Amino acid sequence: MAVISQTDFQKGKARRKWMGRAFHGLCLLSVGIALTMLAVLLVYLLIQGTTRINWSFLTSFASRHPDQAGIKAAMFGSIYVVIIAGVVAFTLGVATALYLEEYAARSKFARLAKINIANLAGVPSIVYGILGLEIFVRSLYLGKSVLAGGFTLALLVLPIVIVAASEAIQAVPPSLREGAYALGATRWQVVWRMVIPQAMPGIMTGVILAVSRALGETAPLIAMGALTFVPFTPDSPFSRFTVLPIQIFNWTSRPQEGFQEAAAAGIIVLLVVLLVMNAGAVILRARFQNKWEG
Amino acid sequence: MQDLDPILQARDLSVYYDTKKVVTDVNLDVARNRITSIIGPSGSGKSTLLRCFNRMNDLIPSARVEGQVLFDGLDLYGHNVDPTEIRYLIGMVFQRPNPFPKSIYDNVAFGPRINGFKGDIDELVERSLRRAALWDEVKDRLKTSGLSLSGGQQQRLCIARALAVEPSVILMDEPCSALDPIATLAIEELMHELSEDYSIIIVTHNMQQAARVSHYTAFLMVEEARVGFMVEFGESRKIFTNPEDERTEAYITGRFG
Amino acid sequence: MLPERVIAIFLFLCSFLSILITIGIVAVLLFEAISFFGEVSFLEFITGTRWTPLFSSKQFGVLALVAGTTLTAVLAMAVALPLGLLSAIYLSEYAPRKVRSTVKPTLEILAGIPTVVYGYFALLFVTPLLRGISEDIAVFNALSAAVVMGVMILPMVSSLSEDAMRAVPRTLREGAYALGSTKMEVSIFVVVPAALSGIASAFILAVSRAIGETMIVTIAAGQNPRFTLNPFVPIETMTAYIVQVSQGDTPAGSIEFKTIFAVALLLFVITLAMNLLSQYVVGRFREEYD
Repeated sequence: MAVISQTDFQKGKARRKWMGRAFHGLCLLSVGIALTMLAVLLVYLLIQGTTRINWSFLTSFASRHPDQAGIKAAMFGSIYVVIIAGVVAFTLGVATALYLEEYAARSKFARLAKINIANLAGVPSIVYGILGLEIFVRSLYLGKSVLAGGFTLALLVLPIVIVAASEAIQAVPPSLREGAYALGATRWQVVWRMVIPQAMPGIMTGVILAVSRALGETAPLIAMGALTFVPFTPDSPFSRFTVLPIQIFNWTSRPQEGFQEAAAAGIIVLLVVLLVMNAGAVILRARFQNKWEG
Repeated sequence: MQDLDPILQARDLSVYYDTKKVVTDVNLDVARNRITSIIGPSGSGKSTLLRCFNRMNDLIPSARVEGQVLFDGLDLYGHNVDPTEIRYLIGMVFQRPNPFPKSIYDNVAFGPRINGFKGDIDELVERSLRRAALWDEVKDRLKTSGLSLSGGQQQRLCIARALAVEPSVILMDEPCSALDPIATLAIEELMHELSEDYSIIIVTHNMQQAARVSHYTAFLMVEEARVGFMVEFGESRKIFTNPEDERTEAYITGRFG
Repeated sequence: MLPERVIAIFLFLCSFLSILITIGIVAVLLFEAISFFGEVSFLEFITGTRWTPLFSSKQFGVLALVAGTTLTAVLAMAVALPLGLLSAIYLSEYAPRKVRSTVKPTLEILAGIPTVVYGYFALLFVTPLLRGISEDIAVFNALSAAVVMGVMILPMVSSLSEDAMRAVPRTLREGAYALGSTKMEVSIFVVVPAALSGIASAFILAVSRAIGETMIVTIAAGQNPRFTLNPFVPIETMTAYIVQVSQGDTPAGSIEFKTIFAVALLLFVITLAMNLLSQYVVGRFREEYD
C-alpha cells in the first residue's frame, strides 16, 4: 500500500530527526548569541565605568583632565531638550491622532497622512538634524539653542507619539462614544471627556517611548549644531547646549583611557535613566491592558 | 459487534487540558475499511478524541492523554513511538480547508517529499488528485496557488494531500462544516469511494451526514459530572433507527444539542 | 468651551504639520542640493569614486561613500538576518510561552540602547577583539561597526518576523504536522513561506535602518571615504560624512557645506524607496487567510 518504501522512510526518518535537533540547536544558539551580546555589552560597560561614577562626576562640567570631567552640562542639556521635545511631540502627536481617528477617520486625507507618518518614522535621524538646522537654526533664527534642539527631536519622535496615540484612541470602545453622543454631547465634549481620559495610559506609554528615543539621539543634534564641549548649564531656551549622548561620543573619540572610562560612566547614567523610563512605560502598559481585559 | 475487524482501538482513553477532563474513559473500536462517525453535542470532546488517533493533542502543551490507542495492536502512546511517524501513517482532514500557501501541485507533493518518496512524483500527484475527484478541475492549473480554489475544491485538495502519502486511516474533523450543500455532497460521495481502501473516522455535528455516510457511529455526550464520555456505539443503521440508550434517542431526534 | 470649529481647525493644522515635515525635508534638501549641482556635475557626483570635498583638490564622487554604506549595511544584515530569523523561529515555534515572554522583551532591550553606546562598544570592545585575531584589521574598520550594527538591528528583524510567523494560522501548521512533518519541516516549509511577506518587509526595513544608522559607523568605521569592499580598512559612510562636516566649522554656503545636503538627499531617497518597498511587499504579497 505505502508509496514510500519502508527503508526509504526509515532512512529519511533518522536523518530528519537528526536535522530537526540540529535546527532546534541552531535556533537556540541564535537567541543565545543575541542575549550574550547584550550581557557582554552591559558587563563591559559596568566594568569600565562604575568606578568613575560618583557625585562629582554628576556635578562637574566637562574638563580637559579626564579625572575631573563630569556630565553636569550634558545632563542639564539633555533634560531641557528632552522636556521640550516631549511636550511638543505630545501636543502635536495627540492632536494629530485625534484628528485622524476622531474627526477625519477613513478620509482620503487621513489615509495619506498615515502613509506619510509611516514613512517619516523611517527617515534616518540625521536627516532630521539637517532639517532642524535649516528650519529652526537658520530660517527661524533660533540659533543652535536648546529650543532648536528640542524642536528638532520633537519632529523626530512625532511619528512614535502619533502611532501610539492612534492605537490608544482606536482601542476606546465605540459604545462609550455612542453613549455620550446619545446624551447630546458635542464631538469635542466626547473627545475631551471620554476618549482622551480612556486613551491616556496608551498615549503616555507612547510619549515615554518617544522621550527615551529622544534622550538617546546623538546624530541629529550634532548635525543641527549642538556643541561638544560645554562648560556651563543652559540658562535660557536660547542658550547653546550639549547633551549626554554627544558628551559620550566626544569622550569615546578621545585616545586617553580616562576619557573612555568617563564615556562608560556617562553611558551607565544614560542607560539607568532609560531603564527607569521604560519600566514606567511597562507598568503603564500593564495597567492599560488590565483595564480592558480585567 | 464482535465480528468487527478493528484497525484502531481506544482503551480507557481520557484526555485532560491542564486538570480539566475533556474526554472520559472512552473504549472504541474503529473498523478497517469502514467509515466510523463520532457524533455528539458541542463540547462533548469529539474533536479531542479524534486527535488522539494521530497524536495531534501532543501539539497542545496543556493536553495530557491517559489510556491506550492500539493501531493494529501497537500502542500509539507507548515508549519509542514517534508521533511524526504515526501522523504519516494516519492522515487528517480539518474543519476548515487549510491548503498551504503553495501551488496545488506542491500541496499534494508536500507529504511524499518530506517523507522520502523516491518514485515519479508527477504521477503520484495526478493519482492523488484523481482519487480526490479534483484532477479534472485543476489539471490545467497545477502551478496556481491552492488558495485560489473554491472552498469545496480546497477541501478536496486537502484530501488529496492526505491521500498522497497513502495512509491507512484518514481522520476527518467536521470536513464539511465550512462548505455549501453541493460541495458537501461531493465530499460525502468521495468518502464513500475512499472507504473501499481506507479506514475513515469522521467527526460531525450533522446527524443526517453521519447516518448517510458511516457504517458505525459513536455517540459522545457531556454532562455536569462527566465530559466527553461515550454513551453508545454500534452500526449506524441501528443507532439512528433503534438506539439502545434513551439519551442517544433524545439526541438524534433533536431534543437537545 | 471653545467653539467646535476652532478646535477642529486646530487639530487639522496639527495633523497637516506631519505632512509639512515631509515637504520641509524634501524642500530643504532639494534647495541646497540644487545649488550644489549648480557647481558640481550630477554625473560626476553619481559615478565618481573619489570623495575629497574637504581637501584642496576637491572631488565629488559619492560612490566612495555609497560603497562604505553598502559595505556596512550588507555585513550588518549578514549578522542580523540569519540570527534574527532563527531567533524569530525559535520564539514563534519552539519556545514555551514563559520563555518567550521573557526572552522577547529582553531582546528588544537591544533595540532601545542608544546607538552611541553601540559605537562605544564597537570601537573599544569589538575592534580590539578583532585585532587580536588578525593584525591586518585597522583600528577603524567597517567590520567591527557592521557586526555591532547587526546586533542592534537583530531585534527588529526577529520581532517583526516573529509577529508575521505568529499571524500564520495554527491550522496551517496542523495540516503539515498531520502529514508527518517534524517541527523543523513545519517551520521551514510552511510557516516561513506563509509569513514571507512579513519577513521580507522586516528585512527591508532593517536594511533601511542600517543604511541610515549614523553613530556606530561614525565612531568605529573611520572617516576615510574609500571605494572598497574590504571590511578591514577605515571607510566612511554617507551618514558619517554628514556628522564629520557638521562637527567642523564649515561655513554655510560653501561648497563643502552644500555637500551634506546632496549626500543627505541621496540617503533620504534610498531609505524612502526601501520603506515604500517594504510597505508594498506587505500589502502585495500577503496571503489572505480568513
